[in-house]
Amino acid sequence: MNELPQQLVNGLLLGSMYGLVAIGYTMVYGIVQLINFAHGEIFMTGAFGALTVYAYILPDGTSMWVALPLMLVGAVLVAVTVAVGAERFAYRPLRTAPRLAPLITAIGLSLALQQAVWAWYPGAKSARTFPSIPGGPFEIGNVTIQTGDVFLVAAAPISMAILAYFVMRTRTGRGMQATAQDPDTAKLMGVNTDRIIVIAFALGAAFAAVGSVAYGLKYGQIDFRMGFILGLKAFTAAVLGGIGNIYGAMLGGLVLGVAEALSTAYIADIPGMDKFGSQSWADVWAFVLLILVLLFRPQGLLGERVADRA
Amino acid sequence: MRQRSLIAITAALAAGALTLTACGSRDSGDKGSDSGNGGGTTVVIGVDAPLTGDLSALGLGIRNSVDLAAKQANKKNYVKGVTFKIEAKDDQAQPSSGQTNATGFVGEKDVLGVVGPLNSSVAQSMQKVFDDAKLVEVSPANTSPDLTQGPDWRKSKTRQYKSYFRTATTDAIQGPFAAQYVFNKAKKTKAFVIDDKKTYGAGLAGTFTDEFKKLGGKIVGTEHINPDTKDFSAVATKVKNSGAQVVYYGGEYPQAGPLSKQIKAAGAKIPLVGGDGIYADDFIKLAGASGTGDLATSVGAPVETLDSAKEFVDNYKAAGYKEAYAAYGGYSYDSAWSIIEAVKKVVDDNGGKLPSDARAKVTAAMQSVSFDGVTGKVSFDEYGDATNKQLTVYSVTGGAWKAVESGTYNGS
Repeated sequence: MNELPQQLVNGLLLGSMYGLVAIGYTMVYGIVQLINFAHGEIFMTGAFGALTVYAYILPDGTSMWVALPLMLVGAVLVAVTVAVGAERFAYRPLRTAPRLAPLITAIGLSLALQQAVWAWYPGAKSARTFPSIPGGPFEIGNVTIQTGDVFLVAAAPISMAILAYFVMRTRTGRGMQATAQDPDTAKLMGVNTDRIIVIAFALGAAFAAVGSVAYGLKYGQIDFRMGFILGLKAFTAAVLGGIGNIYGAMLGGLVLGVAEALSTAYIADIPGMDKFGSQSWADVWAFVLLILVLLFRPQGLLGERVADRA
Repeated sequence: MRQRSLIAITAALAAGALTLTACGSRDSGDKGSDSGNGGGTTVVIGVDAPLTGDLSALGLGIRNSVDLAAKQANKKNYVKGVTFKIEAKDDQAQPSSGQTNATGFVGEKDVLGVVGPLNSSVAQSMQKVFDDAKLVEVSPANTSPDLTQGPDWRKSKTRQYKSYFRTATTDAIQGPFAAQYVFNKAKKTKAFVIDDKKTYGAGLAGTFTDEFKKLGGKIVGTEHINPDTKDFSAVATKVKNSGAQVVYYGGEYPQAGPLSKQIKAAGAKIPLVGGDGIYADDFIKLAGASGTGDLATSVGAPVETLDSAKEFVDNYKAAGYKEAYAAYGGYSYDSAWSIIEAVKKVVDDNGGKLPSDARAKVTAAMQSVSFDGVTGKVSFDEYGDATNKQLTVYSVTGGAWKAVESGTYNGS
């Protein structure tokens, strides 16, 4: 049986999730040149926000069709609150400090958020089950798509479309572009850069929240450490796509996901490579790909070459 | 201005982090402090297990069961003049934390024995530390053969550390036992073998594979998964297309549950079989409804069916622990009691008092300990392995593990 179509779909689904989270990295970096290493944990708090809505606010047995939109709202609300709070209290005071300072704060914040959920969220010391969408998988040809993945299939492109419209067509979006290009000049032209930065954090968090609900539906469980590895992968996707470029983030995510799926499925079939083809090697191949791309296109797949500011 | 807020934030973060660590350590240490007050000497039994994280369901069961053993011993005044106390340390299933904990236990002179750890990979990092201090360690759960019989156990067995014992049986027995059940009883001839590359998982997958091939079965594919990820869709697709009738997984339930779920979701309606690492209630929770029919082997006979265990189960309930005793409760209880028995022998031999070189004496006494425990006869062979080599196959039926068959493995 030919498994290539199925493996491509597996990879694209995984990649869409990376992409949703990568957008947050890329937007924040594009505007304030900060790598927000706590973004993975913002993603994690989003998932717990959605679970809170389902498990503690909605009555038992609420239909998923009603619950899912409300869970999304809960996820976005929590993630955005955490992200905006982080920006206000952890990053803004350090905005003019040397680059390294906010980076260290981000790592500290990431640990603090993990530990906070671990310590105070009921039952979060081990994995918590996440509700799933009822119904069996869909078969399209010989490709199987799980009901939980349908959400991801729909959410990723819709989110991208909304984001593209926002950045390209609205006033605030143009303000973001201006700030990304040169914050000081933008300020002189009357752009409220503080507000723009908050919006960038909030938008990134909202996308991460959508991704976190997709994660919960796909795997049926969430835990306080889920953001770490996924955040790292999303960061890789952002760099792969050209950090600062929002389409690049999505493309980088998809490429990374497909690379992982295909390396698991096919590397072992190459003569002499059977030792390096298992799923435990997928990350290695993903990073090999990243290094190759950066060797030949240091700015990433869709990134632009940035001249150093004098 | 900027300087000041920077300091404020750093201070706030530091304070936050400290509060959290304090919570953690208080959480893991407070359980044993109230286990009676017989007066005289206090002997501390250390517990090292994952008390937080993915495997905490198993780890907390171990801690509580050891605590129960200490309380029972104090209640019966089993060793005259000695009060037992437990001290639990969290290893988070990490070898490095395990080694730190081991060093900690060695440094406290009241500690005369340690029960744990859960993971074979953690045990590897602890054995030498304990052996150098002649402090006895009894694991209720380690199943890797290397720990007792040396890395070359397939060819020549040599005992590595004289202070290491275990009440669980080994993967050298568990893997083949599963293979025999799958091939002879369940009549499956094509297996797909997956492991997580850790000491325990890879060892189990290896011994299963050897026996399955020897019996005439065919291995249609192998995979190694990365325990840090949750996405096994690519592996699940490979399993489906391999035409396997059964999946054998060497590893633990946090990965086994999602793996089972994703394999079935990919369209391969075949059972997943694993070792004692997946024999946990959380596996059923994680695998979901499609996990029905999955199998696990575990050491010993089911605790509930043994007469010797009734008292343990009742006492455990009466003690009111929040967490279940889980897969290793009975073994942990027996491990703790083997230390208590050894201490008793040492104290009796020394005219009712602890000798100055109590640790070395307890370690020596351990070798000849023999008593009827919760899990059957408890004694150790020349490698420190349990002499009791019973195993049981369990299957997921109606949302719970049901014992299918108990037996003693006969080497082939």
